[in-house]
Amino acid sequence: MKTVGTLQLADGQAYPGELVGSSSVQGEVVFFTGMTGYQEVLTDPSYRGQIIVFTYPLIGQYGISAMDSESQQIQVAGVVVQTLANNGTRSDLADWLAASGIPVLGQVDTRALVHHLRTHGDQVGLIEMNEQPSPQPSDLIAAVSTRTLQVYDVDQADGHVVCIDYGVKKSMIAALNARQMKVTVVPFDTPKSVIDELKPDGLLFSNGPGDPVQLDHLTADIKQLAVAYPTLGICMGHQIIAKAFGCQIEKQHHGHRGANHPVRELTTGRVFMTSQNHGYVVQATSVEASELVPAYRHINDGSIEGLVHPAYPILTVQFHPEAHPGPVEAMVIFDQFVASILKQEVEYAG
Amino acid sequence: MQDNKKVMVIGSGPIVIGQAAEFDYSGTQACQTLREAGCEVMLMNSNPATIMTDPSTADHIYIEAMTLEKATAIIKRERPTHLLATVGGQTALNLALSLEEAGVLDQYKVKLLGTSLETIRDGEDRERFKQRMLELGQPLPISQTIETLAELEGFMETSGVPLVIRPAFTLGGTGGGIAETKAEARALAANGLQASPISQCLVEASIAGYKEVEYEVMRDAFDTTIIVCNMENIDPVGVHTGDSVVFAPIQSISDQMNQLLRTAAREIVSALGVVGGCNIQFAIHPTEQKYYVIEVNPRVSRSSALASKATGYPIAKLATRLALGERLDDCINPVTKETMASFEPTMDYITAKVPCFPFDLFPESDRALGTQMKATGESMAMGKTLEEALQKAWRGAGIEQAPLYPHWMKQADTTELWNEVKQITDRRLLAITALLDRKETTLEQVVELTQIQPLFITVLETLLSIQETLDLTSEDSLLKAKRHGFTDQQIADVLEVPVDSVQQKRQEFGIQPAFQMIDTCAAEFSSPTPYFYGSWSGQTEVTPSTQKKVTVLGAGPIRIGQGIEFDYCSVHAVRALQKSGYETIMINNNPETVSTDFEVADRLYVEPLTLEDVVHVLEAEDCQEVLVQFGGQTAIALAAELERRGYHLLGTTADTIDEMENRDRFYQFLDRLDIAHIPGQEVSSHAELATVVTQLGYPLMIRPSYVIGGKGMHRLKTAADLEALLPALSFPVLVDAYIEGKEFEVDCISDGITTYVPIIMEQIEAAGVHSGDSTMILPPVSAALTLQDEIEEIAKSIGQHLAYKGAFNIQFVVKEKNIYVLEINPRASRTLPIVAKVTGQPLLEWAVQAASGQHVRALPGQRMSLPFHAVKSPIFSTLKLRHVDPMTGPVMRSTGETLQWTSTGLAKERFTHDETTKTMMLNRTLRIAGKGTEGWADAVPLDNEIDFDRCQVFFSISEEEQAQRALALTKGVLVITEQHLAQYFESIQKIDMLPVKPLAEWMTRKEQIK
Repeated sequence: MKTVGTLQLADGQAYPGELVGSSSVQGEVVFFTGMTGYQEVLTDPSYRGQIIVFTYPLIGQYGISAMDSESQQIQVAGVVVQTLANNGTRSDLADWLAASGIPVLGQVDTRALVHHLRTHGDQVGLIEMNEQPSPQPSDLIAAVSTRTLQVYDVDQADGHVVCIDYGVKKSMIAALNARQMKVTVVPFDTPKSVIDELKPDGLLFSNGPGDPVQLDHLTADIKQLAVAYPTLGICMGHQIIAKAFGCQIEKQHHGHRGANHPVRELTTGRVFMTSQNHGYVVQATSVEASELVPAYRHINDGSIEGLVHPAYPILTVQFHPEAHPGPVEAMVIFDQFVASILKQEVEYAG
Repeated sequence: MQDNKKVMVIGSGPIVIGQAAEFDYSGTQACQTLREAGCEVMLMNSNPATIMTDPSTADHIYIEAMTLEKATAIIKRERPTHLLATVGGQTALNLALSLEEAGVLDQYKVKLLGTSLETIRDGEDRERFKQRMLELGQPLPISQTIETLAELEGFMETSGVPLVIRPAFTLGGTGGGIAETKAEARALAANGLQASPISQCLVEASIAGYKEVEYEVMRDAFDTTIIVCNMENIDPVGVHTGDSVVFAPIQSISDQMNQLLRTAAREIVSALGVVGGCNIQFAIHPTEQKYYVIEVNPRVSRSSALASKATGYPIAKLATRLALGERLDDCINPVTKETMASFEPTMDYITAKVPCFPFDLFPESDRALGTQMKATGESMAMGKTLEEALQKAWRGAGIEQAPLYPHWMKQADTTELWNEVKQITDRRLLAITALLDRKETTLEQVVELTQIQPLFITVLETLLSIQETLDLTSEDSLLKAKRHGFTDQQIADVLEVPVDSVQQKRQEFGIQPAFQMIDTCAAEFSSPTPYFYGSWSGQTEVTPSTQKKVTVLGAGPIRIGQGIEFDYCSVHAVRALQKSGYETIMINNNPETVSTDFEVADRLYVEPLTLEDVVHVLEAEDCQEVLVQFGGQTAIALAAELERRGYHLLGTTADTIDEMENRDRFYQFLDRLDIAHIPGQEVSSHAELATVVTQLGYPLMIRPSYVIGGKGMHRLKTAADLEALLPALSFPVLVDAYIEGKEFEVDCISDGITTYVPIIMEQIEAAGVHSGDSTMILPPVSAALTLQDEIEEIAKSIGQHLAYKGAFNIQFVVKEKNIYVLEINPRASRTLPIVAKVTGQPLLEWAVQAASGQHVRALPGQRMSLPFHAVKSPIFSTLKLRHVDPMTGPVMRSTGETLQWTSTGLAKERFTHDETTKTMMLNRTLRIAGKGTEGWADAVPLDNEIDFDRCQVFFSISEEEQAQRALALTKGVLVITEQHLAQYFESIQKIDMLPVKPLAEWMTRKEQIK
């Protein structure tokens, strides 16, 4: 079904387009600037509940592949594009979106929309219905986190990582498995006592969707866990660990979502091109008052991109070292994490 | 900080196929960047028609032949501390390597800036490259060096066929090719081993059919690496990337594969130690997750110019800063002025590049595309859909586009179309479109046959389906067509209605173009850089200013006959207009050029130079004034229609242009001024032709009007020649008597009051050789001053009576003291940049002032007297175009030119094969004379036993020796096909080469004739 539809923003701005799919959805409207990787983005649990705007005008042009999903299903609530392409073969993105019941608003002036979000900030929006959107739901993590304990084992594992799942991407688990780590994924609200019983050698606090405020009731446990084991926090994991150590989290005016974000490692001056997807950020001044030390900063806006603890083996990064989509050069973060688990000499940036 | 550095920059020399204007762009950026950093810059480039050889670009300019001797002499004289060799293409790299091998760099303690020579060798030397990739674990196609046919058998046993054979050390890869069967391989290898002077061939497993992609990488000395842009060829491996339609960014490749290649690219540049820009080409298996590294070019390139213009990210500028030791994360991105240069560009549009071929000039040439590049230039366009970008680039390349594929294809029978597809010619995509339209084939069949990605075939299908369902009464249908790149004219042609009714309908529906910024960041940040492209989606981001402004039309893609000279003119036109207080708007679609650098004009539009596209820009900018006289025939062709729509042409009118181009009116004009012209007239039927031929007698010149590079021009010696030509003739044509005299040429500036004739040029070759292919001496050596005075007077008289202000060009032929005017070009000519450079006068600035209606008081009353004679020499790329005879004639064949400075007009360098046209003739002495030239110099007559491998020069004028001339070219032999040039060759034998001298020194002793 192809009908006229609208993307209605909370501040009243509206963008018309051609709507494919019958359901109307709402969610935070965010834009992704990468030119490849739409399948990874659509299936990334961090995008749970969001309406994703692709700035590249052609999406679907290289088809879809069973291998490229970051989770079992499409996670975004809706898709806004200029053109949803048919790539001339059978594995078709449009069909998959339709089968998954995800509405797609096409033929949208996405550049004007990005202009607006850049000026007026990220905000919630609604595809199709003629009413003002209400604030986004606060339980996004509960929706994407595993409900049961999942084990991803490898032959002759060198160690065991427990991943606290706020919406973990497949590639994070794959990156750890590839480094001979057995990974046990646990629900986001698993108590410390249960995790202790799993006898982890290290902890991964994963990425996840939405505002870290939804995890506020868990921060005491999180801090205790982080000091008890070698710890890596990624994206949501990074923010929630920072929060557990007393840092403030603030909403960005408009988030970082793309595959071209340069990040500087402060100790070495080394620059990584990173994949990013976040709408909240650790407030830089609040880090000064905390135990944590900045390890990475964004080259363009100087924002906090990573933290370390001077005494404990805790490393957190705002960017996505597991890539998928995007550059893979920050994969060394996993090497560092594994080295800290294996008690090898490891020098963190900081 | 850099003030102690004296940097020598090597340019790329004359334009040849494979090395065009992109190196003027990169070289100019490099020189400017070095000077901004406080370096003293000395520049070497033999190509005078370049911005980089302007006094404003570098401190010391050497317009000298690109040879080791000359480079050494410059180093000896200037004592540079550093050398920058990575912005001048293969020519500069080769020269730098030669300088090092000869010990010159060591002797004078010259350090290389940026990427080291070791790295360059790793990229250049096939064996070293193989070794380095092996060490890195990067996959290369399986290959082996063979010296016998037995070794070939061994290779075939393990790797099979198809395979590629590349003979070592042959020019332009002659003797090699792709073999599909073992028998073909044996034959090719036998040929190749014979062709190779060291009897050696590289045999490579063929990966034809793989997807071909390129990554443009930047790396600083601190190992920060970014990918500026990636690109995907429509044509799979097997067609040279320069000859392929290319999209940026990649289209049919997943993020997984993209990241695999990105990582490989980073590892390669890091391991090689590249500092600056680097181009890496990969081949991807059509279905599996498998790739090969094809090539690494550790320098800026044609692709990097394309990537710079496609993304807005100025690679050459940043590469130069990195070569000076700066960090990527410390440099500000010059487009956004907000983000850093280490932020990877991202696009929210699609860029297409379409190559331009010289086949229209050479109907006899082989149109099949392969591993040897044949395109002379390229057209770039942006759009929001693949279809839009492709159609815009297509029409910008000058390919007939009404409605979707040209008329000849509509008439072509199906077999002919299949031949274009199977042979892989430049017309393959058009033929596929035609075959799909005729339902002669299907997407699946095309994909299977061509290995072209289905995505790209769907693009062609989409265009056809839009065309079939076009409905003028439907807003949706019209909008869809516009968003897929259809022009109003195309729509009108399909629907067989007048174009005005399409425009009217479009206005009714409110369908308007939108111009948006190329900002490197997909609008994530605001950009202050007014660099625009047009599409039919979204909101326009252009706010016209209220300043007085002029739009300058560029010349588009480089073609034979319309080369870099017009870009030189366009850039100067912009600068002169800015100096006169105008805001300038540049429209050009050639990504190689300086004029499409967003720092040149106040506002830059990359749009096709067609009427509709140009008018849309003029409307968006609310600009009434258009400068057409600096954009060659491409811009002139739009003059009449622009005027008809009410735009004002600076310095000229459509009527003046017509008066000069329309033969009858032109002769009437000359008759009024009592100036002699060649007898001749325009004829429009066979009967009329017969009458005129009888009146004029043979020999004759016959040609269409409005031509570039003598396209379709023929010299007829006998009635038999005419007979042979008749079937291909389409009327009207111009028929002129052919006068075998001496040709002279002038470029003049007129402001309506004064006409200034700066200098007279003398052509060495007899009349009939296209002036673009001739050797020119300025000022003349053989013409008496009284004759020169007379020519000057005639030119002034023409200037006085022509309703024209600005630069124009006149060609004369002189026979027995009678001076005839051959033609008047009411526009800046190919030679104007050379005259400007030789005289050292701001001719283009004066011309622009005159065109904009100013009285130019600085215009001198008399021509110049120079204490030297400059010699302009043509450079040919015919070796790259199979079946094209190197014989000079009325059709232009050369692609570039060089300039030499002499005191007598005798330039030994005229025959020096410099690095650009590298040959192996250096120490040869054998001269061969063909039929009809016997007894020339100390030449031996041509016979079957002749060994061109030992031959230095072959003088050949006979029609029958075409095959021998072609063979000689492949052996690096200098082929001379004209009597006067042969004499010139003899006379330069006794002289010595002149010492190098910077441009400024040549300029010190010039004066005006009193």
